[in-house]
Amino acid sequence: MDYLDQLEAEAIAILREVAGQFEKPALLFSGGKDSITLVRLAEKAFRPGKFPFPLVHVDTGHNFPEVIEFRDRMVKRIGEKLIVGHVQDAIDSGRAIEQKGKNASRNALQTVTLLETIEKNQFDACIGGARRDEEKARAKERIFSVRDEFGQWDPKRQRPELWNTFNGKIHKGENVRVFPISNWTELDVWNYIKRENIEIPSIYYSHKRDVIERNGVWMAAHEFLNMDADDKIYNKSVRFRTVGDMTCTAAVESEKTEIDDIILEISQSKISERGARMDDKVSEAAMEDRKKGGYF
Amino acid sequence: MDILKFLTAGSVDDGKSTLIGRLLYDTDSVLADQLEAIQKSNRKNDDGTVDLAILTDGLKAEREQGITIDVAYKYFQTEKRKFIIADTPGHIQYTRNMVTGASNADLAIILIDARKGVIEQTIRHSYLVSLLALEHVVVCVNKMDMVDYSEEVFEKIHADYHELATKLGIHEVTFIPVSALRGDNIVNDSAQMPWYKGKSLLAHLETVPVHEVDNLLPARMAVQWVVRPQTDDLHDYRGYAGRVLSGAFRIGEEVKIFPSGNKSKIERLETFDGDLQIAEEGKSITLHLEDEIDISRGDIIGEIERSPLVSNQIEADICWMDTRELDTSATYLIQHQSKVTRCKIKEVLYKVNINTLEKINADTFGLNDIGRVEIKTADELAFDPYETNKRNGGAIIIDSRTNVTVGALMLRAAL
Ligand SMILES: Nc1nc2c(ncn2[C@@H]2O[C@H](COP(=O)(O)OP(=O)(O)O)[C@@H](O)[C@H]2O)c(=O)[nH]1
Ligand SMILES: [Mg+2]
Repeated sequence: MDYLDQLEAEAIAILREVAGQFEKPALLFSGGKDSITLVRLAEKAFRPGKFPFPLVHVDTGHNFPEVIEFRDRMVKRIGEKLIVGHVQDAIDSGRAIEQKGKNASRNALQTVTLLETIEKNQFDACIGGARRDEEKARAKERIFSVRDEFGQWDPKRQRPELWNTFNGKIHKGENVRVFPISNWTELDVWNYIKRENIEIPSIYYSHKRDVIERNGVWMAAHEFLNMDADDKIYNKSVRFRTVGDMTCTAAVESEKTEIDDIILEISQSKISERGARMDDKVSEAAMEDRKKGGYF
Repeated sequence: MDILKFLTAGSVDDGKSTLIGRLLYDTDSVLADQLEAIQKSNRKNDDGTVDLAILTDGLKAEREQGITIDVAYKYFQTEKRKFIIADTPGHIQYTRNMVTGASNADLAIILIDARKGVIEQTIRHSYLVSLLALEHVVVCVNKMDMVDYSEEVFEKIHADYHELATKLGIHEVTFIPVSALRGDNIVNDSAQMPWYKGKSLLAHLETVPVHEVDNLLPARMAVQWVVRPQTDDLHDYRGYAGRVLSGAFRIGEEVKIFPSGNKSKIERLETFDGDLQIAEEGKSITLHLEDEIDISRGDIIGEIERSPLVSNQIEADICWMDTRELDTSATYLIQHQSKVTRCKIKEVLYKVNINTLEKINADTFGLNDIGRVEIKTADELAFDPYETNKRNGGAIIIDSRTNVTVGALMLRAAL
């Protein structure tokens, strides 16, 4: 079987296990290419039936407007339920505290809203689009990854995962994060998007945009970044390799407007996708620490 | 292009991480920012070159202790194949990680330190490879640079290992002399060993055939999910969603449902991208039958001729994976495919000393113990003996108090 067919079949089987094993699953939808791929895989797993879970979006309030527009259009097209958790609500009520200064980001605050949304809706499984090739700590994570009541991941207490037999048994209060595209690489996702002709937000493709330089990378020029007079604004042709919060997603200079060109550019590029994210730059163990704290 | 999944096995310091790092490095699979992170690290080889092992030693605790404590997955691809590597640690208490990694692998690379030859750990790793029924084994005799790239040393290890493999019933073995540190015969052919006429490790991995027999095995599908939209326009729609575990299903073919034994005919093999005439091993499909019969999640759909074994008394090999010992009076859960039922592990037939392969008497199992047991299940399971069809012969034991996976089972026979 072709490798994309193999990856697809495995992901579909994982999604169906979630449907079969859990009472209240949810699909965490970020608006990025990985979670858009998950939505297509869910269509393949459950149509002509409905998805046995809603989509859940944690909105930092600092998202790209193109992504929010895309999200709403997609949800309408597939006719599934969307639940949005707002980081702003957590800030307004004091449950999360807005960072200050130039490197302020709501990325870390997402965890608060995510955990609250899980608790409020009593979700027992959250499907996510993380991949093992993204980062070293992810490389060790199971496909069914059990989190305790506080959303914490304990790398030493992971369950052995054998064959394609997934153990989703949990105690009340715990939940499982499920990663159906664990075995996909960034390039696999792009090749799949191309093969399936999947629509993705426009900011993945080259466009003209005002940008500023922060810590050696280009960031979208926007009030969310707490800009001041020192920030020099450039107008450049850029695209985004990952789509997250505006404050932590860096742009790469690119003229590429076609998916074929992007695939070529990625297969030749020498910077990993996570390298374009400010949140991992902080320290070598940044991702591992965030995951232990309940981050996706 | 297809996928090859493999794992590396060897004892501590045999060079597993270095070998994987070398494969990634020499195939240009290490990205600039990852390389930069490595170069910044203060772990260096004696000659000052970067330590490629850091590429796979992921977690903080490991970086601090310099050991691999869990299974790490790595990905790379060449023009010919996509590769998925499970980097499993060789330390004695980590048998369970190797079993885990091996359960999903097509091929095992067994590392042997050229200076040490076949040692106790080699026996253990090879035993696990044969227990998990991996299709292929590659023996990499590593650190050849430390034995002057000696053909004699290589040939001696070759002969010793051949004897072990025969004893274990491992048939497909390829031997390659390598230096992971210097890169000899990993991706590039070695100039140091003109006496070696075989392929480099990568060339072998790119060309070894996999999954060739799977379509000849009996047709099996485990029902994961029953699709019943019950909307106005899909009022009578009923499809059984699952993955073809082995063999192939064809439209019009008669099938049997297990454990019930009911029969019907295949009406449709549905996918989101259109119906199939034949659904082969590995495909995720939605199967429709001509008759309305009672089928639920966990049932096995199989061909008429070659039936699976159906029983609630099963003999199996077990690898115990929990620090808490097996309790032969306790009730556990057993999960086979999508079916979960209660069970008792009634009797321990024997334990295997995996260093000597001796069978020894035992009443229970502790962490990393392996042996043969008799199991009684509440509901019947429909399985194939692991050695004839591992796609339908593996199961796990779950401790219902902790919900943790405590055992891996290779089902062998119905009693
Ligand atoms: N001379 C030599 N040293 C090697 C070779 N392969 C690995 N080593 C060294 O052996 C040590 C252990 O290697 P490592 O890859 O961490 O082993 P692991 O415990 O099996 O993962 C390190 O110091 C490596 O640099 C080799 O081919 N030749
Ligand atoms: Mg290692």
